[in-house]
Amino acid sequence: MSPLLEVEDLHVEFRSRGSAVNAVNGLSYTLHEGETLAILGESGSGKSVSAQAVMGILDTPPAYVTKGSVRYRGTELLGLPERRRRAYRGANIAMIFQDALSALNPVHRVGDQIAEMLIVHRKMSRRDARARAVELMDRVRIPSAASRINDFPHQFSGGMRQRVMIAMALALEPDVLIADEPTTALDVTVQAQIMKLLSDLQDEMAMGLILITHDLGVVADVADRIALMYAGRVVEEADVEDLYARPAHPYAEGLLASVPRIDVRGRELTPIKGAPPNLAAIPSGCPFHPRCPRARDRCSREVPGLRLLRAGEGSPDRSGARSGALSPESHRSACHYAEEVSGGR
Amino acid sequence: MADEILCVRDVTKHFPLTRGVVFQHEIGQVKAVDGVSFELRKGETLGLVGESGCGKSTLARLLMGVERPTSGSVHFEDRDVSSLSKAELRRLRRRMQLVMQDPYTSLNPRMTVGDIVGEPFAIHGDPEGGRRTRVRELLEIVGLEPDHVNRYPHQFSGGQRQRIGIARALALRPDVIICDEPVSALDVSVQAQVMNLLADLQREFGLSYVFIAHDLAVVRHISDRVAVMYLGKIVEIGDEEQIYDHPTHPYTQALLAAVPVPDPTKRTGQIVLEGDVPSPTDPPSGCRFRTRCWKAEEICAAEEPALKVRTGRSAHPSACHFAAESGRS
Repeated sequence: MSPLLEVEDLHVEFRSRGSAVNAVNGLSYTLHEGETLAILGESGSGKSVSAQAVMGILDTPPAYVTKGSVRYRGTELLGLPERRRRAYRGANIAMIFQDALSALNPVHRVGDQIAEMLIVHRKMSRRDARARAVELMDRVRIPSAASRINDFPHQFSGGMRQRVMIAMALALEPDVLIADEPTTALDVTVQAQIMKLLSDLQDEMAMGLILITHDLGVVADVADRIALMYAGRVVEEADVEDLYARPAHPYAEGLLASVPRIDVRGRELTPIKGAPPNLAAIPSGCPFHPRCPRARDRCSREVPGLRLLRAGEGSPDRSGARSGALSPESHRSACHYAEEVSGGR
Repeated sequence: MADEILCVRDVTKHFPLTRGVVFQHEIGQVKAVDGVSFELRKGETLGLVGESGCGKSTLARLLMGVERPTSGSVHFEDRDVSSLSKAELRRLRRRMQLVMQDPYTSLNPRMTVGDIVGEPFAIHGDPEGGRRTRVRELLEIVGLEPDHVNRYPHQFSGGQRQRIGIARALALRPDVIICDEPVSALDVSVQAQVMNLLADLQREFGLSYVFIAHDLAVVRHISDRVAVMYLGKIVEIGDEEQIYDHPTHPYTQALLAAVPVPDPTKRTGQIVLEGDVPSPTDPPSGCRFRTRCWKAEEICAAEEPALKVRTGRSAHPSACHFAAESGRS
């Protein structure tokens, strides 16, 4: 059986007046059913742009998908005519965004916004769709949903707005939910509520969840697998516990050494030197090499591919990066000296 | 006490809510800061944490003398900041500076870095050895290339811009720097650079910081003492270790429990606080946290708990009638 969602060698480019910015440069990942995949990256790593490409909501122009493949249960989505693509959007793959206030229409009542999905896709009557909207608002634990259906987005708090957006995304019962920084704009106590809601709903509805975030804490809390992005590529992909315990890319190692931890006293922070690269001029070879403490000559010349370090248990397959059928426990890294990095601990 | 450099006494700031354009009348008040007291000692870092709307940024503005308090006082050494004239306030700013959150909007895009960092000298007079030399020196102190004095802010990354803001704050050799979310806009890898820089500068120049942030892990890392705010009030204050390892206020406990730890073997999720922060225009009676508190009883609605040392093993002030360490830690 084909996996829920497969992204392979995805390239996205922003074009403007003769110059091009390479936002995504060969991104690959696989999402299995019921799995939570975290896509972790700093600003400019291409995590949001790649999610928009998967959803088919990139602004073209300026952004173009120049290469790659996005398959939903084996069906290629890239290159489908817009009319057919739309049938997948919302119904099979849905997305929620960071800023619920700007993602919701300020002049429409929230009930109508949720109902719109059902009226358009499911051809429901307005009355049935609104009744269903109340159920959905209940499901995302909005208190006294029935009385709030006629409220406007500005009448909700930040956390409640995020719930409204989740209700909209779940209206058509998708198999894949892409959450793009769903809690970044929220306070920690509300963040905890929303993350709990998302994981409860994921269990209830058996969805695959792609969580896009820059927060190492949130990832550790909810994800099963993690794909770490840098300069538009995945540089390390592994089971969450494996990556945090044995990072196999110097960038992952550096990130873990630079986060302050609330549970540890007097920890020294070892920052990564420099700043994330300018996507209009990505360094040659390994894009991380100018910031890497382990960099050698080879790193500025050869682009390291994402290769398999440890296959999952019971699978002696060492065929490398191009193997499509990886077990969910595999650990891959795009560093020439990955063994050295993970062997050091 | 002699080593207190900043002393805040029962300070409040209420903003009026008005209705009407021609005939304005007051319909209520936003109690942004409502009776806050603390002191900052020389050379220490006091962390101020709380969720959005708890009044931390208003408090920063009160400390800087940008806002005048509705009541109460802010003393810098022995002078009341809120009663100073403009000229006196300007002189005070030599001693107390602000680093702001957003490195993109807090620097003038039309000024060169040299002019930005040197601007304090245009107001307060040139330093010994000349402005240019001092500016180059400052850039070097914060880890920037002194030869970049003629560049503009847009030519720098977010982390470098924050360094420019820090260099500007350091220009007049202040004693106190108020940092209002100085690393919130930065990526993790860069955030650590700026935090280490702030710590180094503190050691080198004996600075005192008031460090305002919503990120509890960042505050723990940098602070000697920590005050937790909720709806315009400090609910708990103490040493970093007392607050983080032995919190006694339920809000502090819930806040700490909500922070995800970057370690998959320690997943959070014991206390999930229900609901949102109530509006500061109409805060709950008695204890302001009681509407979300699992310990709340009748007394919490009737009587406001004072911020005082409660009995227990951890001897630091807590504003809860039932202050106690939870059994979890």
